[in-house]
Amino acid sequence: MIGKGLLQGLAVTARNLVGSYHDPDRYTTIEYPEVKPALPEAYRNFPFLVAEKAEDPLGTLRCVACQICEKECPPQCIYIVMDRDEKGKARMKPKVFDIDTSVCMSCQICVEVCPFDAIKMDQVFEIATDERFNALLLHRDQLAKTNTYFHQIHPTEAAEVDARLAAEKKAAEEKAKAAAAAKAASAKPAPAAPANPTPPPAPAP
Amino acid sequence: MTTTSVPSSESWLEVAPLQARDALLGLLPESLHWIASSVLAIAVLVGAFGLMFAYLTLAERKLLGRIQNRPGPNRTGWAGLLQPFADAVKALTKEDIVPRDADKVLHALAPVSLVALSLIGLAVIPFGRHLVAIELDAAVLYFFAAGAATELSIFMAGWASRNKYSLLAAMRALAQLISYEVPLLLSVVPVVLVAGTLSTTAIVAAQGGWAAGFWPHWHVLTPWGFSAFCLFMIAALAESNRSPFDLPEAESELIAGHLTEYSGFKYALFFMAEYFGMAALSAMAVTLFLGGWQAPLGWLEVLPSYVWFAAKLLALLAGFIWIRATFPRLRIDQLTRLAWKFLVPMALLNLANAAFWSLTAGWSGPLQAVRWAVSLAAVVVPFLLLSRSLFSGLGPRVYRYAPS
Amino acid sequence: MSLAFLALALVCVVTASAAMISRNLIHSALLLVLTWIGLAGLYLWAGADFVGFSQAIVYVGGVSMVVLFAVLLTRRQRDEPLVLIPEAGVGRVVAGLAATFWVAALLVPAMVVAPLVQRAGPGPTLTVKRIGELLAGPHLVAVLVVGVILTVSLIGALYLAAPVTAEDQPEWDNGGTGRDRGNQEEPS
Repeated sequence: MIGKGLLQGLAVTARNLVGSYHDPDRYTTIEYPEVKPALPEAYRNFPFLVAEKAEDPLGTLRCVACQICEKECPPQCIYIVMDRDEKGKARMKPKVFDIDTSVCMSCQICVEVCPFDAIKMDQVFEIATDERFNALLLHRDQLAKTNTYFHQIHPTEAAEVDARLAAEKKAAEEKAKAAAAAKAASAKPAPAAPANPTPPPAPAP
Repeated sequence: MTTTSVPSSESWLEVAPLQARDALLGLLPESLHWIASSVLAIAVLVGAFGLMFAYLTLAERKLLGRIQNRPGPNRTGWAGLLQPFADAVKALTKEDIVPRDADKVLHALAPVSLVALSLIGLAVIPFGRHLVAIELDAAVLYFFAAGAATELSIFMAGWASRNKYSLLAAMRALAQLISYEVPLLLSVVPVVLVAGTLSTTAIVAAQGGWAAGFWPHWHVLTPWGFSAFCLFMIAALAESNRSPFDLPEAESELIAGHLTEYSGFKYALFFMAEYFGMAALSAMAVTLFLGGWQAPLGWLEVLPSYVWFAAKLLALLAGFIWIRATFPRLRIDQLTRLAWKFLVPMALLNLANAAFWSLTAGWSGPLQAVRWAVSLAAVVVPFLLLSRSLFSGLGPRVYRYAPS
Repeated sequence: MSLAFLALALVCVVTASAAMISRNLIHSALLLVLTWIGLAGLYLWAGADFVGFSQAIVYVGGVSMVVLFAVLLTRRQRDEPLVLIPEAGVGRVVAGLAATFWVAALLVPAMVVAPLVQRAGPGPTLTVKRIGELLAGPHLVAVLVVGVILTVSLIGALYLAAPVTAEDQPEWDNGGTGRDRGNQEEPS
């Protein structure tokens, strides 16, 4: 019968109209600026630098200024200067670490190439500013965020990274211990020599 | 408003508009009364319908939003109530772009004439017991004569824009008007036949009273009247270029058709005309089929008549929006086929049905049941036969690749 | 003569002349619509509501569409100016003058003889019901004859326009059934 389908369609839209007032499953809109959306854990954009301690983020950066990410960055938005002491010896941490977020495309390649787990992806997306150049160029102090924050935004990945780092540290310690032990073993004879009763010197031939 | 004397037997709410008018006229010298009365009527109509247009756009966006499970505009003012004014400011401050090769005169004339033509039909609608701007003997004819030229304005807009899409829209508007003017008028004829008059006030008066104390004598509550009402509303959808018959301004295929080359306030005028046209046709449907300003039940007459008219009008307009939210657009051949092969035959049969109804007005008792049965059969049987023959084999579709 | 009559007559005459003079066919058609509106106004002025509104519905709402359709569908290039043959032959001039003379011979005596009403009368007290009774009663034969003529012309137009042979039928026209079988599988 002509018209049956039309009435069914009207019923569907009417159900939506009524349902949107009492059924949260139908009314899924989040009124954004007042209510922040719950971001999925896998959501990621713009990198940040992981620091160990909240009280001294710049001093405890994991970054050693190896500049691998700077070289790998496809749009070349990372700029790093190594921190050096008066004699020009590298201090193994960045003096300047800038990311131009107007250029960054959130490709995550810097994260993948970093051997120190020092740079990770953030979840910020409210990046609108009233200034085009300086406000979008993020410096070291803006980029440094604690490992606790990393745990908050990406708990799975952070746990995995922490476990790996701990394992590496443990392995390194054991290795160091073993090395020390080996060194000790090899060095033992010398200091131990006096302990042993030294055979009397052979009579002179 | 006609200068009828104020009856004293009615509630003060019913006569309040008349008293307000008389109070205003009292401030002017006697010699100016005839023109002041007309100007007042025009001002009230334009003001009321202008405000209704503003809030109809908001209501449409809100309803469409809710039907699509989102809130709709809710930022400007409390719950978005100032949104229409923000839109108006935006439209007024936009640049008015006229294409270089456009026919400048027609391009500027089209939106203005469209708004004017869609407004003048409102003059003969009885909005309340005493509220009608002009009482004409041939008011129904006047209404459709006034509305007949609206599609000409759309044609002017489409042709003057010097744009392929606009020209296509102009052609479609003409084809649509030719197709749908016929069922629109044919669905009105039964009402004129039964009421025996072309005057809108008399048609509303003929629908007063209740059968058995609860069944209003509205035309829509008779078999032929229901059929005519449905036909009228379908044709009205097409006449006012509303979805699913919005072919002239099909956004997705003609990039808004005749509106393509319009911007700023002229564009807003087209929108205004669309809503005015919709409101005028709905008001006519209320007058012809839904009993005009008559209350549905006797004890509900405590509310003044214009409140009942407004309630019915808004209900019909909400129906327009509901339909827009539900149905996809027709193709041009489906549109004309629906008009000529379905609506026109149904309307002609309905005319005979109404003639039968009008001839058997004296039947009573068991004959009354026979009268209803015959009239009902005269609607249902042709409907089923026509839909069977026209739409057989059309569905449901079987898709070869898409999973069902 | 009332001011309203003068204004309406002026509208009719001016728009009709402009429609004749205009080189743009669409403008001519739209001006013609204005003329019809003016004529409807004249009927209203004369107190014939029903005829006036019918004039508006039929001419402004219906005939104008047909005229515009004809203009849009027949002319290939709507900007191409009308070609006027400069060397109008003697026969052409004579034919034109003869046509003018015959029309004038019909119209001018009628205008001279007919008494010009000074102002709109009280208006005929002819209700719509009475018009219907007259049309269905004494004038039934005329109505039927007009109906037959219109039907015949309609059938004639259909015969002329309808595709006669298979070649005339465009490829996309699947016989007017409107059944789009593009994505449809025949039920087996």
